[in-house]
Amino acid sequence: MNSSVITFPGSNCDRDMNVALKKFGFKNKMIWHNDTELPKSDLVVLPGGFSYGDYLRCGSMASKSKIMQSVINFAKGGGKVMGICNGFQILVESGLLPGVLLRNKYLEFICKNIFVKVNDKENLYFKNIKKNTLEFHIAHNEGNYFCSKEQIKEIDNNNQVALYYSDANGTVNENTNPNGSIKNIAGIFNNKKNVLGMMPHPERMIDPDLSGEDGSIFFENLINNLK
Amino acid sequence: MIVNEQIAIEHGLKKDEYKKICDLLKRVPNITELGIFSAMWNEHCSYKSSRFHLKNLPTKGKDVIQGPGENAGVIDIGDDDAIVFKIESHNHPSFIEPYQGAATGVGGIMRDVFTMGARPIANLNSIHFGSPQHKKTKNLLRGVVHGIGGYGNCMGVPTIAGQTSFDESYNGNILVNAMTLGLVKKNKIFYSKAAGLGKPVIYVGSKTGRDGIHGASMASAVFDEKIEEKKPTVQVGDPFTEKLLLEACLELMAGDSIIAIQDMGAAGLTSSSIEMASKGNLGIEINLNKVPCRETKMTPYEIMLSESQERMLIVLENGKEEMAKKIFDKWNLDFAVIGKTTKSKKIELYFDEKKVTDIPVNILVENSPMYERKWKKAKLPKKIKIEREEFKNLKVINVLNKILSNPNVCSKEWIWQQYDHTVMGDTIQKPGGDAGVVRVHGTNKAVAASVDSSAVYCWAHPLSGGKQIVCESWRNLIVVGAKPIAITNCLNFGSPENEENMGEFVECVQGLGEASLYLNFPVVSGNVSFYNQTKDTGIKPTPVIGGVGLIKNYKNMVTMDLKETGNILLVIGKTEGHLDQSLFSREILNEKNGPPPEINLFNEKNNGETILKLIDKKYIKSAHDVSLGGIITALSVMCIKGMKGATLKKHTHLINQFEYLFGEDQGRYIIEIKKNDLKSITEILEKNSIHCDELGSVGDNELIIDNKSKVSIEDLIKTHTKWLTNYMNK
Repeated sequence: MNSSVITFPGSNCDRDMNVALKKFGFKNKMIWHNDTELPKSDLVVLPGGFSYGDYLRCGSMASKSKIMQSVINFAKGGGKVMGICNGFQILVESGLLPGVLLRNKYLEFICKNIFVKVNDKENLYFKNIKKNTLEFHIAHNEGNYFCSKEQIKEIDNNNQVALYYSDANGTVNENTNPNGSIKNIAGIFNNKKNVLGMMPHPERMIDPDLSGEDGSIFFENLINNLK
Repeated sequence: MIVNEQIAIEHGLKKDEYKKICDLLKRVPNITELGIFSAMWNEHCSYKSSRFHLKNLPTKGKDVIQGPGENAGVIDIGDDDAIVFKIESHNHPSFIEPYQGAATGVGGIMRDVFTMGARPIANLNSIHFGSPQHKKTKNLLRGVVHGIGGYGNCMGVPTIAGQTSFDESYNGNILVNAMTLGLVKKNKIFYSKAAGLGKPVIYVGSKTGRDGIHGASMASAVFDEKIEEKKPTVQVGDPFTEKLLLEACLELMAGDSIIAIQDMGAAGLTSSSIEMASKGNLGIEINLNKVPCRETKMTPYEIMLSESQERMLIVLENGKEEMAKKIFDKWNLDFAVIGKTTKSKKIELYFDEKKVTDIPVNILVENSPMYERKWKKAKLPKKIKIEREEFKNLKVINVLNKILSNPNVCSKEWIWQQYDHTVMGDTIQKPGGDAGVVRVHGTNKAVAASVDSSAVYCWAHPLSGGKQIVCESWRNLIVVGAKPIAITNCLNFGSPENEENMGEFVECVQGLGEASLYLNFPVVSGNVSFYNQTKDTGIKPTPVIGGVGLIKNYKNMVTMDLKETGNILLVIGKTEGHLDQSLFSREILNEKNGPPPEINLFNEKNNGETILKLIDKKYIKSAHDVSLGGIITALSVMCIKGMKGATLKKHTHLINQFEYLFGEDQGRYIIEIKKNDLKSITEILEKNSIHCDELGSVGDNELIIDNKSKVSIEDLIKTHTKWLTNYMNK
């Protein structure tokens, strides 16, 4: 399986994502934001970080960079595109996903382990995952997902929510919401479910010596589903 | 403007220093030259009050590749790997403008590290605030934490450990010390010594603006009521540009075109160019019209004294300019050839085709003032006779609750949750432990680092206090299973012109020198921050030690969380029940006098090395050093981290229960071991003549001190975590 990770100026989880993808068997290429063409890829990843310093609005400048036109075309043709953290912000700014990401409710950066409830398993990203909740890690200042009433209706109707912030048992409520996201949304799909954006970092959960291992479950499953 | 004595004094120079400048130059300097002298000769840059004493510190060792004198220290960690590290203060600017002050402190120290070719792999910080009741404390704390996070998080470097304290002596002068560790291959370390004549001098990074002019001079003066007016001297940070600068520099460093490189930190273009010339024993000529400027009509004086951030000066091999420029263009950074190296041994600056500065480099550096300031020796305070009667009304659990929720002991999760501590995917011990630990990417090795200070001990008796912090740093590394290698220090003191403050400095330095020599734990880098003083009141002496150690196989790392019910708990090192200057005496008995605990260097070394042996043999299941708050505080934290209880054995010591539980005798550790290993472990301890007491055993969900005193772990967690969150959200 071939994957591509895009490096924007200010990306800082690009190396971590490269390590994770390779660990689970992807042939990964690092792609510079100023390139215009994507290599042949089964998966394109927009990594976390602070592209363009988060200036203007998180992800907005990166969404206009040269490579993004190719990424958008790739996604529109059904290509698998995944955005993590700042990557999620870039995806909403580029219009591939609905909604926006506001500052966290308590106006503070949060770095900690959290649980997410997997909402939908009828997609290539989470199909065949046995667990209903996963322990992931968040590290962000702007992860407070928000969208209009009409949009949330559409998201629900199409079953586009990928992950909800929850506790270990899958309970979703205000107490398990770390950043104020509407309906505890941690990740969403586009309506064809080939594009996934999420705030949590599965690439930081791929080793028992680090924060945990549920990221390994995610990546192992992902490469099998893509095969 | 014609320079005179009055203008020199306004630049922070003393009368005799100004006279010395005129004598050395054999003329009156012009205003640009005076600015350069004031920048090079202030306390912050010249170390004029401290140099005399710092030269006695042990700086050599078999693992030391580079000691003090470069941008940062470098140590060997085996194979081809080296760690570059340093700690630096950003105290004065952080008080005036906490967010930018703290942010640029973090940015500055990271630049010091990657200037040497190392990729930063971990940040730490030691921050000290006034009394929680003081009206400024909350905002300062919030601003500093946001600033540290804002910069470090954006750079993508994990913040893995830190220290926060509150004491009223910091009411008017907070401390913000930032430390960075970087990883480099031994044969790819870059230095600041220029070499070769006619080599291009290159400016890269951000443009130069008017921010931070006189920053270093401001940091060399006492605060007064007009301090708010100094806001323009605080630099403004841009971590995004620094991230680009980091990547561009490392890309250029992969080749062999750089002769010397120096970041523009304190005193900006002035100190960077002069240092490179001085170390290379040559001259540098710069055309100031070529310096990329952010604002129009900047004068030579402003360009030379600006402390705009995220800039570097490079001496390049001839003919490599085009190749280098391509790299900086790729990263959208300014790149300008602004001058060349010369044989004149002078710093020569041109502006609008006129020579505006012409100073021999040695005058600025070697002839800079050095003072042997007067200082007063501190007496060891008399031991306080504490009446045992006072203990009668105390209940152990109540006291424990007070200590665990004390601002200086309570959990600092509210702070470190705002720092990205997991980016780079190698953090195997997060903040909140004894030391932060990161793996050396792609290897079995890991590096442990800790920052420590004990201002109260240093204030009570500087010599003992100085020794104590080095020992504490050593213990914090040992206890995670790391072999301590070297330290960096950040020496925060009041005014050196005051004999008592100077005495505190001299004796703390003496103490830390003695301990680091004995423990073979040399000082490889550091920074002095004097004048942490408002009017006549200085801070408590606060030397901060950043220790670094190596874990050869990271699978052997030890953490402090209790592991398994039934395991035995031992206290390594002797408990005598020293209460003077302990948290118990100060907070519960309200007794602020008396000597700090004594340091026995032999025991420290022996105990520490034996713990490492036990870790090597995989005997230790969890471990924590005993420090502030004594045995019971240390044990409580182990319970909290492991969500496990513990039951104490009735202690058979002659001392009182409070002395036993809350005494702060040094050189002690609590370790958790398996019952079956007790005999083998006791043999090893006896063989090494190490005192050990059986403290008790690991339980389920209660901490049981005796029949009358028990508390659930759930309650301990609440007590430990709530203070800071409540305080900040109130």
